[in-house]
Amino acid sequence: MATLEIHDLHVSVEAEGGPREILRGVDLTVKQGETHAIMGPNGSGKSTLAYSLAGHPKYQVTGGTVTLDGEDVLAMSVDERARAGVFLAMQYPVEVPGVSVSNFLRTSATAIRGEAPKLRTWVKEVKEAMERLSIDPAFAERNVNEGFSGGEKKRHEILQLELLKPRIAILDETDSGLDVDALRVVSEGVNRVRETGEVGTLLITHYTRILRYIKPDQVHVFAAGRIAESGGPELADKLEEEGYEAYVKGGATSE
Amino acid sequence: MAAETIPAGSTTDGAIQVGQPTDARLGAIASYDVADFPVPHGREEDWRFTPLERLRGLHDGTAEATGGVRVEVSAPEGVTVETVDRTDPRLGKAGKPVDRVAAQAYSSFEKASVVSVAKETVLTEPVRISVHGEGGTAYGHQVVEVGAFAEAVVVIDHTGDATLAANVEYLIGDGAKLTVVSIQDWDDTAVHAAQHTALVGRDATFKSVVVTFGGDLVRLHPRVVYGAPGGEAELYGLYFTDNGQHQEHRLFIDHDTPHCRSNVAYKGALQGKDAHAVWIGDVLIRAAAEGTDTYELNRNLVLTDGARVDSVPNLEIETGEIVGAGHASATGRFEDEQLFYLMARGIPADEARRLVVRGFFAELVQQIGIPELEERLIAKIEAELEASVA
Ligand SMILES: Nc1ncnc2c1ncn2[C@@H]1O[C@H](COP(=O)(O)OP(=O)(O)OP(=O)(O)O)[C@@H](O)[C@H]1O
Ligand SMILES: [Mg+2]
Repeated sequence: MATLEIHDLHVSVEAEGGPREILRGVDLTVKQGETHAIMGPNGSGKSTLAYSLAGHPKYQVTGGTVTLDGEDVLAMSVDERARAGVFLAMQYPVEVPGVSVSNFLRTSATAIRGEAPKLRTWVKEVKEAMERLSIDPAFAERNVNEGFSGGEKKRHEILQLELLKPRIAILDETDSGLDVDALRVVSEGVNRVRETGEVGTLLITHYTRILRYIKPDQVHVFAAGRIAESGGPELADKLEEEGYEAYVKGGATSE
Repeated sequence: MAAETIPAGSTTDGAIQVGQPTDARLGAIASYDVADFPVPHGREEDWRFTPLERLRGLHDGTAEATGGVRVEVSAPEGVTVETVDRTDPRLGKAGKPVDRVAAQAYSSFEKASVVSVAKETVLTEPVRISVHGEGGTAYGHQVVEVGAFAEAVVVIDHTGDATLAANVEYLIGDGAKLTVVSIQDWDDTAVHAAQHTALVGRDATFKSVVVTFGGDLVRLHPRVVYGAPGGEAELYGLYFTDNGQHQEHRLFIDHDTPHCRSNVAYKGALQGKDAHAVWIGDVLIRAAAEGTDTYELNRNLVLTDGARVDSVPNLEIETGEIVGAGHASATGRFEDEQLFYLMARGIPADEARRLVVRGFFAELVQQIGIPELEERLIAKIEAELEASVA
């Protein structure tokens, strides 16, 4: 069973006047089949955690460990992490001019699966996955994320999630910018992947809205670069009512 | 580009000037005689981007012709290929040289090559001109003449090592269609400076594709003038500037005749230390040129630090009675964010770079619309990228 273990993770970014520590000792274990919601105020470091796990070069790990089934994730390059089964659905997916969605999907599926998917079954697989997410087939020939609306970008991220079948899925604010219909479509996509029982999910969100569609096993409150509190789904209800104030107070931000 | 960042040391200071012929070009010299041009020193508007010391004396009269450039023409039936003397009346008809090196070439060549396609002849095969350098210095002159309503494709391939200054003239008859592909696939030691001037006849169509991959220094002047109304010119360019290479394309389209069209699209990728690409796009719409429709675009993709682009579109409009006039210039860095996104989907770094660069050129390659060339260009781009990864 795939297990992602994050232990005492410290991460800095290069800021004016020297490095600035954003993550200050994150401990978290996500197992295949589990769903963990990470909730926290703006600027608390949620995306930093997500990007650090995926290996974005902007983030310097200054301490701690991350392992996937005992393998040192931090020693892997970005593409190696992806091939090891770590998937990050980004808060702000990147536009890649001149690269078509269909070419991109096939290239990444080939990389992740270790061989080119058979063309016939692949075309069908993509077509069906796009249909399920209500993505217009014309998107296959558009350039990756170029000119996509916010909601279209998020759907495109979940399309990749469904096709690439990672072992650990990190969803960074996949719910933000979605209207109710899109939220439902996207949540259904995530749930289809979860129901396979093959993926451990780290669902990063600012709002509890998405938790009505995607039921977490555990909820963690993220504040000032670490997990301030963990609990069951009831913790989300508490946050819904009380907000993050209790966590932000007491100089919880790093400013 | 997602973000149009301009790398340090690059310029993209385009200008649109209306009714103000302040551009250096307008007052500039045009002459067949090299003596009419002062030796450039590098501060002149026309020369400020060019490393004169790498021209091997083409600019100051010290480069002596030694031969060593082999020109071979292979042409299908219906084409006449001649080697002619300097006195041949077909020479110099498209226009005068506009800089000292072109004038030097005009003053120094001994024999010219003339390729002519008789009127109303439609070629089904391209004419191939191979210019192969064997290490020498040469001054060349080439004329391609296409009679009224004839249609032809000409592919000029430059390979090997040479120091070459040349003029190439395209004389396009009324209603004729000429496509010229000029490929600068030189060894990395070659120096090549040339003026390509097209004289476009009434309702004629000229398509130019300039592809520059090789050379230590390549400086080309693709120019278009219209002999009569209704002409159309499409100018495409693609360059891949590596380590230490200087590749300069200075375009000029002279709209002096009513109801003509021009469309320019040049794209370049740069990689490596001291790779330098220069693109100058001068379009002049003179007062008489009512009904002109023109657009020019230059995009550059800077793949690594240490490369420099100077991209200067320049549109001068002397009449308001036009259909359209526009320009765009952008220089973008190869984005780390794009690389990260692709790699985060399992794609290895070198493959991710390849995807992005291929994508950057793909649209242009398709637009060129010559299937045989498409494959060759894509293969060449791949090879350039391979070389950089290795
Ligand atoms: N280059 C940088 N220089 C200085 N501070 C930075 C830099 N990059 C990120 N930060 C800071 O790191 C902190 C955490 O940012 P992060 O994006 O991880 O927050 P988040 O929890 O995802 O917020 P949101 O809910 O808005 O998405 C923020 O205070 C941000 O301003
Ligand atoms: Mg965030």
